[in-house]
Amino acid sequence: MKPLQLILGHVGGVLLLMTRTLRFAPTLPRQSRRFIEQCYLIGYTSLPIVTILSFFIGSSLALQAGYSMEHLGTKQFIGTLVGLSMARELGPVMVAILIAGRVGSAITAELASMKVYQEIDALVTMNISPERILVLPRLAAILVMMPVLALIANLCGWYGGALVCQYTHFISVDSEAYFAALKRYMEWQDIANGLFKAEVFGFVIVLVCCYIGLNTRGGPREIGLSVTKAVVTSLILVLVLNYFVTKALL
Amino acid sequence: MSTFTATPFADKTFGVTITSLSKRFGDVTVLDNINLEIKPGEIFCLMGPSGSGKSVLLKHIVGLELPTSGQVHIGDFDAADPETRARVHIAMVFQAGALFNSLSVYDNLALYPREHQLCNEAGIRERVMSNLAMLSLEDAANKFPSELSGGMKKRVAIARALVIEPQLLIYDEPTSELDPVMSATITEIIATLREQTAVTSIVVTHDRDLALNIADRIAIIMDGRIHATGTPAEFREPTDPTIADFLSPVIDTKNPRFRNLKG
Repeated sequence: MKPLQLILGHVGGVLLLMTRTLRFAPTLPRQSRRFIEQCYLIGYTSLPIVTILSFFIGSSLALQAGYSMEHLGTKQFIGTLVGLSMARELGPVMVAILIAGRVGSAITAELASMKVYQEIDALVTMNISPERILVLPRLAAILVMMPVLALIANLCGWYGGALVCQYTHFISVDSEAYFAALKRYMEWQDIANGLFKAEVFGFVIVLVCCYIGLNTRGGPREIGLSVTKAVVTSLILVLVLNYFVTKALL
Repeated sequence: MSTFTATPFADKTFGVTITSLSKRFGDVTVLDNINLEIKPGEIFCLMGPSGSGKSVLLKHIVGLELPTSGQVHIGDFDAADPETRARVHIAMVFQAGALFNSLSVYDNLALYPREHQLCNEAGIRERVMSNLAMLSLEDAANKFPSELSGGMKKRVAIARALVIEPQLLIYDEPTSELDPVMSATITEIIATLREQTAVTSIVVTHDRDLALNIADRIAIIMDGRIHATGTPAEFREPTDPTIADFLSPVIDTKNPRFRNLKG
């Protein structure tokens, strides 16, 4: 019973943090500097790794697909496979995994050290809500940046696949045919579903990482433990949520 | 020399009333039936051995901890109610300063007036610089906390507390980890601030000199209970052997104390 109570307690804590934070949403225009700074940290600085990762995921997908589809005589559908896989699944999921590791860990480490070194207590005594100045700008920034990152991941994956198809001798599907196949079976809805998933994952990652960071007690060791806990929890939640959101969107 | 003239808060200072306050963490009782009355405008020193519950008591006064039983009132307001922090200007000088590491000294001080939209940037600048000047910290305005010495960090923490124009000012071991001269400086600052602003000051300290020189009243807390309260004169030559040993411990290398410690 105790572990279940603990989990329910944490779920309640995250929901409480969410409602407290969203209550301050009207103050966001006043916090534009913090919001832009977070957009830069979450979005812009993640761009290189998102680009590289998704390019090679698209490339590997095309390579594997080309190898298998050559035997089946369905090479002309590689573009469709890579396009839909990236847009509906791999783009949002891989970006979410990357954001959990790169941004989620940084958020937890920062907030946990602020908590441990009493900076959060100092804010509370000054009657400045940590939810307003620490959580809200991060939450707003992730909601803006996640679809952008997922879209860039899609494009990079598609182009990675196209390059592999064109220059790998046993595939030899030119870019025109590849993109024609990609467009033929792709609908705007497929892309929109992927972006929606990315949005959900980003929202959950930031909330969970902020919650764990703000509830850290102890010293440097606990900060490290909180970061590990936040990243692992975020990854599990992303993969579990992915199934249910995908099912709901089908 | 600073030209700063502090706002007189005399008519706005608040006293603190602690009634039957107890706090338990799991099975451990940290505070046990604490009753205290701190008058508006006085310097009240809380002394006691490490782990006796002083800092936990302070956290109850600022509302960072909720009592297991009993109540803490600031004036007529319940300290456990978050709204109290909106009604009463409470400032706390944390033991390690708790300065915001990502902000410069100037921005540390400017955070409060900015977030509460108290004045425009020019007004904030005047307010921040006058408080920095009061503690001779003008040159540190653009430095980051990591670039400051321990004594400067404490002074910045006090300056940040002053920007709030507090009606209740709480210090958690303000002279710990400081050299004797800097400890004396901080002690003088606490006394001067009370003189200039009439702010109620609660000081948790191990510093006997600080307590005996500037406190109006002193309380000794031991094992989560108030062991004694009185004026500095009453504690100068205490008759209670526990208090005498705490305030003026004799170093005996032949029969060291640590051999008799429990736990």
